[in-house]
Amino acid sequence: MARSPASAAPKPYTSGSLLPQGRITGPMPWVIAIMMFLTVLAMAAGIALDHGARTLSADISDRITVQIAEADAEVRGRAVSRVVTLLGATEGIGNIAIVPERELSAQLAPWLGSDMKISDIPVPALIDADLSAPQDQRDARIAALDKAVREVNAQARVEAHATYLAPLARLVGAIGLLSFGSVALMAIATGAVVVLAARGAHATHRGTIDIMHMLGATDAQVVRLFQRRMMLDAAFGAAIGFVVAVLVILLVGRSMAAVASDLVQSVSLPGAAWVLLPLLPLAGVGVAWLSARVTLQRALQRSL
Amino acid sequence: MARIVQFENVGLRYGPGPETLSDLSFSLDEGAFYFLTGASGAGKTSLLKLLYLAQRPSRGAIRLFDADVVTLPRERLPGFRRRIGVVFQDFRLVPHLSAFDNIALPLRIAGVSDNQLRTPVEEMLHWVGLTDRAKAFPATLSGGEQQRVAIARAVIGRPELLVADEPTGNVDQEMATRLITLFEALNKLGTTIVVATHDVDLLGKVGGAQMLRLERGRLSDPTGALRYPPRSSGAA
Repeated sequence: MARSPASAAPKPYTSGSLLPQGRITGPMPWVIAIMMFLTVLAMAAGIALDHGARTLSADISDRITVQIAEADAEVRGRAVSRVVTLLGATEGIGNIAIVPERELSAQLAPWLGSDMKISDIPVPALIDADLSAPQDQRDARIAALDKAVREVNAQARVEAHATYLAPLARLVGAIGLLSFGSVALMAIATGAVVVLAARGAHATHRGTIDIMHMLGATDAQVVRLFQRRMMLDAAFGAAIGFVVAVLVILLVGRSMAAVASDLVQSVSLPGAAWVLLPLLPLAGVGVAWLSARVTLQRALQRSL
Repeated sequence: MARIVQFENVGLRYGPGPETLSDLSFSLDEGAFYFLTGASGAGKTSLLKLLYLAQRPSRGAIRLFDADVVTLPRERLPGFRRRIGVVFQDFRLVPHLSAFDNIALPLRIAGVSDNQLRTPVEEMLHWVGLTDRAKAFPATLSGGEQQRVAIARAVIGRPELLVADEPTGNVDQEMATRLITLFEALNKLGTTIVVATHDVDLLGKVGGAQMLRLERGRLSDPTGALRYPPRSSGAA
């Protein structure tokens, strides 16, 4: 057998060319892009809400406010001084701060107008403080403190911020958990998409697979061939979904930063999130790899 | 001479219908040349499928390369298939691969590197007269050219057993003679050849070739090719 001239030789055989050029998985990359986009958003929302719930809980767990709803301004003023003295002398109480009248005015301005002087109306005096006490003693301490301030002034009472903000913190935390649940569901859906795509690719290229088998290819060789291409398709989709999701997160973050609300401000992405979020497309590709592998192996085992 | 293939009471049934092949008992000697003949529908392709391990029999025993391939675990089949070259009746070329790449396929599957496979593939292309069609895709090749690519692919790995289903069905007489000469050359190198054909002219072109004849799924032995079971106990 004589060798033909080198000039007539075609380009060398290159691995991967056993499957047609282009994508073998149909619309799978675009479906994965959408899934990844939603997954990253859900994960970011989950992390931000979880962070917000924790911040809120930490902020409110120790904070109390003494409210003195005394109509007489002079009596109220004296009561404020005595309550501040009482709080200062009470063990575990710190960061005592009388809420300034201008702050109260600012809060009431939307209802009463900015021309109204606060001294003209009987607005309760507010004194904020932190109560440092073990969790199991907190309620008893607050009840004792409430009794003590009522002895100073019958219209005075102690309100723990946790009492009215805890349900909100729980709600925020629950929505955060829901977001993490959505991430898990979307991971399952992504796997299902890849399974369908792998079955489709197997059916479409059944002829090539049969030829390879008849020429002595092992299942592992066939699986490797498809798996590599499917992973590339999945990586393409995951990258697009991730990039678009990050752009949306940055835009939403800018909008939230412009809102002057402590509650909104507390719902923010901590630095660790920017380490965690890029892992999602990698995990997505991992799910695609595993789904494709298992699906193809099972499909191949049905033939001789 | 050692036996490379041994069938014992083999039957093959597709689905619930009657048997396509029945009571096949024969053996093929290593290094021998066999023609398998029979009318259309006699079961030639089915018998070849059993030989190249595309099908397991419904009953009976088949030994190939001294191993029981009926009970052989599926994972071990690729190792046996690499020792068998197959020319399919419908060629079964990979449509998106060039003639060069189709011929290179068995070597690539066997793990031969791109650099190492270049020379043998070029030699095969030259040998089947398709050097100038190396880059052509199957859809642009004539039936005869496709058949030559299929034959080159089947023999490039120097198989121990070559199974060819109507390998000269789409080529002219001159090319048919060249292909049979190639098969003979391979046979002289030790490859056992089984060629299924309708072409009675081919039968006389290979000296020493023996004929197996299938009639309605049963084997007859016009040239005394069957040596198992022994002639004294009667061929199938």
